[in-house]
Amino acid sequence: MSSIARAAGVEYTRAGETIYLAEQLWPIRGQLYLGLIGLAIGGYMGLLQALERIGINLYSAHFLRSYYQGLTLHGVLLAFLFTFAFSNSFLSLTTVRGFQRPLASTWLAHGAFWTMLAGTVLAAFAILTNQATVLFTFYAPLKASSLFYLGAVFLVISTWLTSANQLLTLRAWRREHPGEPIPLLGFVSVVTYLMWDLASVGVAILVVVFLLPWSLGILSGVDPQFDRVLFWFTGHPIVYFWLLPAYVSWYLMIPAQVGGRLFSDGLTRFVFLLFLILSTPTGLHHQFTDPGLPTVMKTVHLFTTFAVVYPSFITAFTVMAALESGGRARGGRGLLGWIRALPWKDPSVTAQLLAMLVFTLGGATGIVNASYSVNLVVHNTAFVPGHFHMTVGTAVALTAMGVCYWLIPFLSGRELWGRRLALAQAWLWAIGMLIFARGQIAGGLSGMPRRTAIGDAAYLDLFKWSLDNWLTAIGGIVMTVSGLLFFVVVLGTLFFSRPLARPIEIPVADVVHGARESWPLFDRLGLWFLIAVGLVVIAYGPVILGYLPLNSVSPPIRVY
Amino acid sequence: MHVERYEKIFMALTLVVLLAALAAIGAGVFAAGVHLPSPSGRMDPKAIRQTPPFDRPGIREVAPGEYEAVIIARAWAFEPNEIRVPRGSTVRFRVASADVIHGFLVENTNVNVMVIPGQVAEVTARFERPGEYVFLCHEYCGFGHHQMFGKVIVE
Repeated sequence: MSSIARAAGVEYTRAGETIYLAEQLWPIRGQLYLGLIGLAIGGYMGLLQALERIGINLYSAHFLRSYYQGLTLHGVLLAFLFTFAFSNSFLSLTTVRGFQRPLASTWLAHGAFWTMLAGTVLAAFAILTNQATVLFTFYAPLKASSLFYLGAVFLVISTWLTSANQLLTLRAWRREHPGEPIPLLGFVSVVTYLMWDLASVGVAILVVVFLLPWSLGILSGVDPQFDRVLFWFTGHPIVYFWLLPAYVSWYLMIPAQVGGRLFSDGLTRFVFLLFLILSTPTGLHHQFTDPGLPTVMKTVHLFTTFAVVYPSFITAFTVMAALESGGRARGGRGLLGWIRALPWKDPSVTAQLLAMLVFTLGGATGIVNASYSVNLVVHNTAFVPGHFHMTVGTAVALTAMGVCYWLIPFLSGRELWGRRLALAQAWLWAIGMLIFARGQIAGGLSGMPRRTAIGDAAYLDLFKWSLDNWLTAIGGIVMTVSGLLFFVVVLGTLFFSRPLARPIEIPVADVVHGARESWPLFDRLGLWFLIAVGLVVIAYGPVILGYLPLNSVSPPIRVY
Repeated sequence: MHVERYEKIFMALTLVVLLAALAAIGAGVFAAGVHLPSPSGRMDPKAIRQTPPFDRPGIREVAPGEYEAVIIARAWAFEPNEIRVPRGSTVRFRVASADVIHGFLVENTNVNVMVIPGQVAEVTARFERPGEYVFLCHEYCGFGHHQMFGKVIVE
């Protein structure tokens, strides 16, 4: 990005053909840095958890009352703040880049920043004062301070404002370009948020209609079983809200970064639309062991869950094909020679290639979780965090870090500082995560519960978890070193690096089979959204109608 | 819309993989008889001590070799936390919460169920081999969550 210019009283920067208004860039920048602060603190809590496994308890030294207070911070800062802030920031930029025009509303861009900040401050205050040690799932009837629920509301509103801004930008673009196919980068950015708009309805109702009034004493009781239905309505598709920004990078940026081309515009649209329609009607696979829900509907959600695996399989092929085209263009020969020819010296690329590699294991273990009766072996055991640290903790987080290696230079106008440190960071993260996940998965298979202070557990001596705990701890320590390197590189870039020699533009891949060859119906986003709503009604209507009337017997309980 | 040959082949093969996995799950349910928990009644956690069968937590023989274990889960203990049955017994666990959400997992069995206030959780296991089977709470339930466990002792 080149330096700031001014025209007609408006400050802007130009990168390639795209113009970025300064008034819209600072909230984007601000949200990214807010998310990274969340990553730093939340990640550090991960180290405390890892050390607890081997008998080193550092919580009181950090003014934390319990393992669980630290774990709540870990979950909320990483799974909500870091991911939401990164998505808002990254996919606002891709909207500008994709549509080649500023966001339709500067006011909404500012609103997204301020609501994100407000939500963070409220939730962090409640957690740090031990008024919300309810973990990131905040299952009723464990009661958190109403400030915590209010914080959650603000975080979600921030994502909705971002989505509204994208939709207004799409509308403005359509007026300026009647009859043209939606640019692919804009398309995937908008569809990611459309999916989340629908998905987030569950938790919005849960918090606004039930938990907030209940925490304020307006409602005397809630139904914990029903609340879990609302939570998991959002709780599964939220993983795609975490994952799809990574897919945006893998589909549309990585091919350009490795010198290859994306194969098919049409299949890319198809994959994102499948996520739009299939992500939400799947939540019951998190509730296979819930006593209050019928097995018939659990089976329906088993099938929809397997269906939503499908677009990720297509992604594996499409992204791999783009990588191969890049590797061969760079002189790679033979069956696998193209892999060596990829730019492994580029930390942004290497981080994301390793993220993809670890994601294959993350995806496979996810299928285990979703596999109905097999779920009985792993449900709520350490197997599950073993799984999702390879998905959201690596596929998403390591990709976000890889994106930061060009995004922070882009936003700050400074060269990436400490390229070799960044490369080491990527490798250490992947290696540390695999060691960690090996410990968690093996522990989980022998009954180790998740989200439990295992090092202090009363039954620790009754199990043979020593190796599992050591691997978990060693993996956590290696990841901490990696995280430290990441922030050294970020801070070095921001404060010690020289200005960019030449401006960078957000990378966007060329496509072999372009938008003109794609099915025009793909661009009818309203229609696809209606189909998504229809599938949700089919998958959740019988669950909810069959469950009523509510059994609202649970008063608020605070036992932390 | 143009879809390349290799893309088509890959998309067809992945469909086969997913269908094979679903078939394997179906075999587990119908051939091996592994079933998930399903609705077994509602109750009021505040009145759990007056609600049968939870007014009398403990183990009782309901038929030769068949037992019913009635367990109250509360922060942070199971009541009772020790159950003795002879080997070869089939035990139907009926578990309910007196306060927040808990979990109930018995090691080396398929017993894994959420214990949600307002719901009765019901799961069955057969214990062929003598020994101690630890059961524990696998859902965060507050400050002392990691203290919450018990044992099935098969004699």
